[in-house]
Amino acid sequence: MSIPSVIFYMISAMILICGYLSVTTRKIFRAAIYLLFCLIGIAALFFFLENDFIAAVQIVVYVGGIVVLIIFSIFLTHKSGEEMPMASLKKEVAALAAVVSGFILVFYLIHTNTFIMDSNEKVAPTVNNIGTQMLSTDKFGYVLPFEVVSMLLLAAMIGAIVIAIKVKPKQ
Amino acid sequence: MLEGKVISLIILLPLISFLILGFFGRRYFKTFSGIVGTTSIFASALLSLITAYQYFFVVGQVNGVYQKIIALKYTWLQFTPNISIDLGIILDPISVMMIVVVTFISLMVHVYSLGYMKGEDRFSVYYSFLSLFTFSMLGLVLACNIFQIYIFWELVGVSSFLLIGFYYDKPSAVAASKKAFIVTRFADLGFLIGILILSFNAETLDFETLIQRLTSPESNFLKGIVASSFLGFSALSWGLVLVFMGGAGKSAMFPLHIWLPDAMEGPTPVSALIHAATMVVAGVYLVARLFPIYALSCPGALHVVAYVGIFSSLFAAIIACTQTDIKRVLAFSTMSQIGFMMFALGVSSYGGENGLGYMASMFHLFTHAMFKALLFLGAGAVIHYVHSNEIKDMGGLRKFMPITHLTFLIACLAIAGIPPFAGFFSKEEILSAAFQSNPVIFYLAIATAGITAFYMFRLYFSIFWNKEAHLHGEHHGEGSGTMLLPLVILGVCSIVAGFVPFGKFVSSDGAELHTEMHLTFSIAPVLIALGGIFLAMSFYKNANEKANNISVALKGIYTYAYNKFYFDEIYLFITKKLIFNLIGRPAAWFDKNIVDGFINLLATLTQEISDTIKGMQSGRVQNYAIYFFFGIIGFVILFIFLLK
Amino acid sequence: MNQIPLEHILFVSTALFFIGVYGFFTRKNMIMMLMSVELILNSVNINFITFNKYLFPDKLNGVFFSIFIIVIAAAEAAVAIAIIINLYRSHNSIDVDDTNEMKY
Repeated sequence: MSIPSVIFYMISAMILICGYLSVTTRKIFRAAIYLLFCLIGIAALFFFLENDFIAAVQIVVYVGGIVVLIIFSIFLTHKSGEEMPMASLKKEVAALAAVVSGFILVFYLIHTNTFIMDSNEKVAPTVNNIGTQMLSTDKFGYVLPFEVVSMLLLAAMIGAIVIAIKVKPKQ
Repeated sequence: MLEGKVISLIILLPLISFLILGFFGRRYFKTFSGIVGTTSIFASALLSLITAYQYFFVVGQVNGVYQKIIALKYTWLQFTPNISIDLGIILDPISVMMIVVVTFISLMVHVYSLGYMKGEDRFSVYYSFLSLFTFSMLGLVLACNIFQIYIFWELVGVSSFLLIGFYYDKPSAVAASKKAFIVTRFADLGFLIGILILSFNAETLDFETLIQRLTSPESNFLKGIVASSFLGFSALSWGLVLVFMGGAGKSAMFPLHIWLPDAMEGPTPVSALIHAATMVVAGVYLVARLFPIYALSCPGALHVVAYVGIFSSLFAAIIACTQTDIKRVLAFSTMSQIGFMMFALGVSSYGGENGLGYMASMFHLFTHAMFKALLFLGAGAVIHYVHSNEIKDMGGLRKFMPITHLTFLIACLAIAGIPPFAGFFSKEEILSAAFQSNPVIFYLAIATAGITAFYMFRLYFSIFWNKEAHLHGEHHGEGSGTMLLPLVILGVCSIVAGFVPFGKFVSSDGAELHTEMHLTFSIAPVLIALGGIFLAMSFYKNANEKANNISVALKGIYTYAYNKFYFDEIYLFITKKLIFNLIGRPAAWFDKNIVDGFINLLATLTQEISDTIKGMQSGRVQNYAIYFFFGIIGFVILFIFLLK
Repeated sequence: MNQIPLEHILFVSTALFFIGVYGFFTRKNMIMMLMSVELILNSVNINFITFNKYLFPDKLNGVFFSIFIIVIAAAEAAVAIAIIINLYRSHNSIDVDDTNEMKY
């Protein structure tokens, strides 16, 4: 039981437990907070896997952006103190059956597959390398998806405004 | 000269008239439809007379025998290489005689109806039905194939149904037409089974081939059909008796006679045409057509024919003495006379002198058509005058209706068998044929002849003599010319028809049959008939109490006879209590609950399944997501594990 | 660290994925469904980074994919919140069962 294993299991325990609580709790605000902790746990996992950049992006965008957004929308649309109703038993059983069967299937596939480890020289995912490769036009360059994604963000921004705008009644 | 196509015009002209009057009569022709119908029948009658002349005199006999000529034949439906339904025309002595009789009487009825049915709203419909009937009867008579006769048999039944129920707003007429159709249809079941038995064993449906195969002694078909037996009787007996059952139904023989009295609900000219002269003799014609098989191969069946005939004859005569409705008396009289024709066939044998009964039967058919039609048309004139069917509303009419009186008297004398009128000759032949073969039948027949004379003259005296009736309604004259002309023509025919040397033309084997008048023999029936007439005269000529006293004295028998021996009630009991309750109800229950129930079950099942599937379209995203997810898992399993 | 076997990390990500799926099926509140979707996307992210580190250490494709997934998840969350607010205005409830106009 080396220390990295212990740390890993603690992080994964946090992820899973917070995720589980997030989907099963009755109070919605608590669910948002559990989601927040789950995402922080995932960022910790990224740190553990030596991917600092992604971990940082995760915290900035997901935790600081999306969860805040979710909490705002909860305030806008719901009385956050109230309890949510439970789903009907039929639906729970069906969902449980679906999920358990899916999990068993996927894990079986993972378990029986042999993953071939590539042992080439490592490239460290530093900001420098990521940035260079993202904006390069070489064979593995990602400049095109980068531009497309920026267009998508623009569209999403405008779309969100248009959808959520309040139409003033004409006098 | 006997061209098939020309002869087929005899049948087709009435058919065309039916179609034209049926489709266009109501709108375009209206009262002119009578003229249209009459003209087509007149043309048919003319053609029939020409054909008869050609057949009997121009083509004549070959080796002393009248040949059967197939004038037209074409195959309609081929079942097996041997058996096919053909439609064609056969010309032999009886069929030629029948077409003359049918078209002539039909012409008389058409002319009479111009006056009788005047003012009727559905005038053109009436004439179209009359044309349909004439077409069917002619097709029946000229049939060369036993199935063709069956087809036209049913057509005649349909025409009878339409015409009896002509006044369809009278419930009694509707009930009578249904009764006639159902009873004859039931008899036709026997007929059909008989056809099937005979044709299956002889492997043919054609009359000539059938007769030839079932009568020649060395024929294999005959040996086969006689050998196979069922319940002790050979298949041939069953076949012939069942065919006779069909004939008995159509000819109102006991016990299938119940429809004939009720059929008088139709208009009187219809009764004259169908139920006196032509349709009811179809049964006799059928037996005559198959006569060689009956006489040569299965005399047992012929005995059945004879006994049924004489029994019906006597039975009907007794009932006719008590009836008070003029048309019912004539109906039972018809049944009695047809019984005469049937037993005349029944006592006959085939060939030469032995075939006297056959010739006598056909002769009586010929003369009976004349005077019975005359009786009915005269009765129609009387009914038209007093507006009632009952005898008690009539009386002393000889002063007001002289021509009708005279012709009615001629007809009554003819039916009673008084010389020199027509009925005398034909009845004498029948009685001598009966005497030669079966004395019991002979004595019963003489008794029936006496009773016939009695009830006919009871009718005559009650209508035209007796006390004067109280006539209500306006008093109009005797009837228009169109009503009187047929009476006169038929009266003349009733007088002269007896003098036709019938044996020269029609006999069982086609050769000439020479008949002599046995004077001693003829005296006895005439004396008995005269006795009956005088008895009727003393009872009914002047109003007196003698008839009433006798009916009171013989109260039991009188009541039975008046109620037609309760046969209607017996049949009604059998059908309602037994057949309906024991067979009809369970069958209906089965049909409604089990058969229908099964179909309903299928429908309900489909609806339940569809409702369930409909419920899947709930509009809820999460349900859709669950179904989607299950689908994905299914596909993954399918592609990864099952389809390697 | 390569001492952790690949399958353990994959176990975590699979479990998280199916927790998200369960939440998506079961929750009545639309915002809760959105949170479950975020869990699903994050589990995919873990998968990508893990495979990149363990199986293809010389390339950076997994990292890029993760970046793009995060970007798109953010855009999607924004638009989804906008739709939820719109629905709240018209139906006055954010219960997903109340939006069943497209049923039979």
